[in-house]
Amino acid sequence: MTVDAHAHEEHPTSTGLDSRKVAMWAFLGSETMFFGSLILVMLINKHNTLGVMLGHGDHTFEAGQGMLDLVLTSFTTFVLLTSSLAMVLALAAFRNRSINWGRFWLMVVVAFGAIFLGGQVYEFTAFVREGLTPSTNLFGASFYMLVGFHGAHVAIGILWLLAVVYYSYRGRYQGADTWGVEMVGLYWHFVDLVWVAIFTLIYLI
Amino acid sequence: MATTTVSVRPNTYAGTAWSWITTVDHKRIAVLYFVTSLAFFALGGAEALLIRLQLSRPELDLVHPDRFAELFTMHGTTMVFLALMPLSAAFFNLLVPLMIGARDVAFPRLNALSYWVYLFGGIFLNISFIAGGAPAMGWFGYAPLTATEFADTHAVDFWAFGLQILGVSSILASINFIVTIINMRAPGMTFNRMPMFVWMTLITGFLIIFAFPVITIGLVLLLFDRYLGTSFFLYQGGGDPVLWQHLFWVFGHPEVYILILPAMGIVSDVLPTFSRKPLFGYAVVAYSGAAIALVGFGVWTHHMFTVGLGPVADTAFAISTMAVAVPTGVKIFNWIATLWGGSISLRTPMLFAIGFIAMFILGGLTGVSLGSPPVDTQVQDTYYVVAHLHYVLFGGTIFGLFAGIYFWFPKMTGRMLNEGWGKVHFWLMMIGFNLAFGPQHQLGIDGMPRRIHTYGADMGWDAWNLMSTVGAWLIGLSMLIFAINAIRSLRSGRDSGPDPWDGGTLEWSMSSPPPVYNFAEVPVVDDRYPVWKEKHGGGHTGAAVAEPPAAETAHDDDEPHIHMPNPSYWPVLVAAGMVITACGLIFHQVFLLIGALIFGISLIGWIEEPPG
Repeated sequence: MTVDAHAHEEHPTSTGLDSRKVAMWAFLGSETMFFGSLILVMLINKHNTLGVMLGHGDHTFEAGQGMLDLVLTSFTTFVLLTSSLAMVLALAAFRNRSINWGRFWLMVVVAFGAIFLGGQVYEFTAFVREGLTPSTNLFGASFYMLVGFHGAHVAIGILWLLAVVYYSYRGRYQGADTWGVEMVGLYWHFVDLVWVAIFTLIYLI
Repeated sequence: MATTTVSVRPNTYAGTAWSWITTVDHKRIAVLYFVTSLAFFALGGAEALLIRLQLSRPELDLVHPDRFAELFTMHGTTMVFLALMPLSAAFFNLLVPLMIGARDVAFPRLNALSYWVYLFGGIFLNISFIAGGAPAMGWFGYAPLTATEFADTHAVDFWAFGLQILGVSSILASINFIVTIINMRAPGMTFNRMPMFVWMTLITGFLIIFAFPVITIGLVLLLFDRYLGTSFFLYQGGGDPVLWQHLFWVFGHPEVYILILPAMGIVSDVLPTFSRKPLFGYAVVAYSGAAIALVGFGVWTHHMFTVGLGPVADTAFAISTMAVAVPTGVKIFNWIATLWGGSISLRTPMLFAIGFIAMFILGGLTGVSLGSPPVDTQVQDTYYVVAHLHYVLFGGTIFGLFAGIYFWFPKMTGRMLNEGWGKVHFWLMMIGFNLAFGPQHQLGIDGMPRRIHTYGADMGWDAWNLMSTVGAWLIGLSMLIFAINAIRSLRSGRDSGPDPWDGGTLEWSMSSPPPVYNFAEVPVVDDRYPVWKEKHGGGHTGAAVAEPPAAETAHDDDEPHIHMPNPSYWPVLVAAGMVITACGLIFHQVFLLIGALIFGISLIGWIEEPPG
């Protein structure tokens, strides 16, 4: 989604904010409803009295949550949250025109995101080996859906970050216009923030 | 062609088919939206006429029961997602940049993408008719009717993927218009001076970006149930069918406000023009629109009163539902007060706008009655509900949208729609509409369930049903008259000039159709009705006239050199890739690969394309 950068410089916007940034905020607002719905579905399924009544749902969630590897996920959560710091440093570096440092910190974000995703892949395969698939029970369905949906966001974020690194070699973001770094940063921080909610609700409670 | 033309007609729409496929001009995209949504409107209307034919007499067997179920499902889905929403989007495209003094929307290529995704999604949804049967579970797709056990063809998959695709289109378009309205207003065009249609577009945009994700998640869960064997909505696996109802209506109720608010915006701009006075209570009308949207997120279980959620939930949602009537009533009183004391001229747009108010009041009143759980329990799933929703969405939305079509057709095309035939259209539609849906109130109270294929001769429903069918076909006739009128007017209609109605908002300050760049010079706005102020002075607000002219028009013969965004073929390719990928999930995996490839390559092409 690139638009005419010159047009924006020539005609200041009504609010003074970059239109691309306003669009990103609107998109992230929409994303809150995506994740909000998924989290609510998960919580509703956890407390699904209909299933218990019919003899299905009881203890499914307790048993499922018992399978979670809290130590591993706490570590990958720490790594993911730390990546937000690297993201902040990357943007700061681009703003200071230290392009190389900016690229370095972006690659740190990519690496940390990859570690997080790797942990998730390991967790998913371990679960499948233990016999928990999306179709096993309501916990499996809710867990794979919510965590997988978030994981897909992290994966898209990594691709986007790599694209930003690539375009930094093509001469973008060298001047005052660091919007590309800022956009992916907004997205990345949002995805991190959502993980805080998911980690708390699935792994801790 | 009109030989008496005095004004020079801008070549806004000139060019080859390729120029239309690659266009990023909001006015051309508006034309595409108008044509496509009216075509789908005709398709949905034809489905309705078949439904009414089958129900015209008791125990008829003109339409097979399975086909009948497909018809009512596709009628609802088509009208909501393929006709009314995109018709509103056509007005957003045509009017928002003109009304706020912008040269285009914030993201022109994204705007083109929204249109192509909508077109391909609509075609995709309707392919189901020839690919093993259309969806037949009703437009709100209640579980477990959508479960593989009860729907083992791909009909539900077409429906679910189709709505996902259309959701992408709606969310992208809404983000675009939200940003355009927030960020692209001309100097002086404060929020407090925006035309009411722009206000309602902004509110509708927020409704869409917050409501559509919920149905998206619902559909993702449904597709997981169907493709991966999960049991989100299947009680056999511990899931809960009622969860679908919650997810659907958390989206579905805001959706009805998504359908009505743009029409309310249109009416709020048509009424002042033909009453020769400004909108009464401008701020209250704007804020009550926002209030409707806000409360609209907290009323969804009034669609579920008979589920058995308990007296506390039913009471709470009954109260919130009735509360929606307050801002809605406020709007109606403001419209009536706008008429009050005005010098009213009953041109065709005005007739439709007044028809909107009258019919919408009737639909609103039955809505309040349905908000009461005991009443709702009595008439749940009967024709009373069908009558109510058509009074709101036809009597409301469609009357409002036709007011807009007659009002802005001259602005879009440079030609007037024939006034006499317009009035015939209005009266025929008014009579047909009330004949079609008025009796359905009585049928519902008598207990006739919706969605039944036929009914017994001893039920005493014959006369009402026959009336309803006659009314429906009268509506069809009125639409035929409109179509002929539109085609004839396009060819040989009277030249409208820039300002045929003596309008007050910015779009009337430029030629019809508007030049490609809309405004030769970006206007400076200092009034809610800047063009009235320019023409008649500030009398209506008591303000001084000494201000500089509010709007600049392109009177110059030589074209000003204004750089507009280049056309692009990437949006149509990205949209095609998206829909072909969806085909891959239904037909054959090879489409998945082809679609993903097209999507990926076009996305890179899009990013690589030099902007502007």
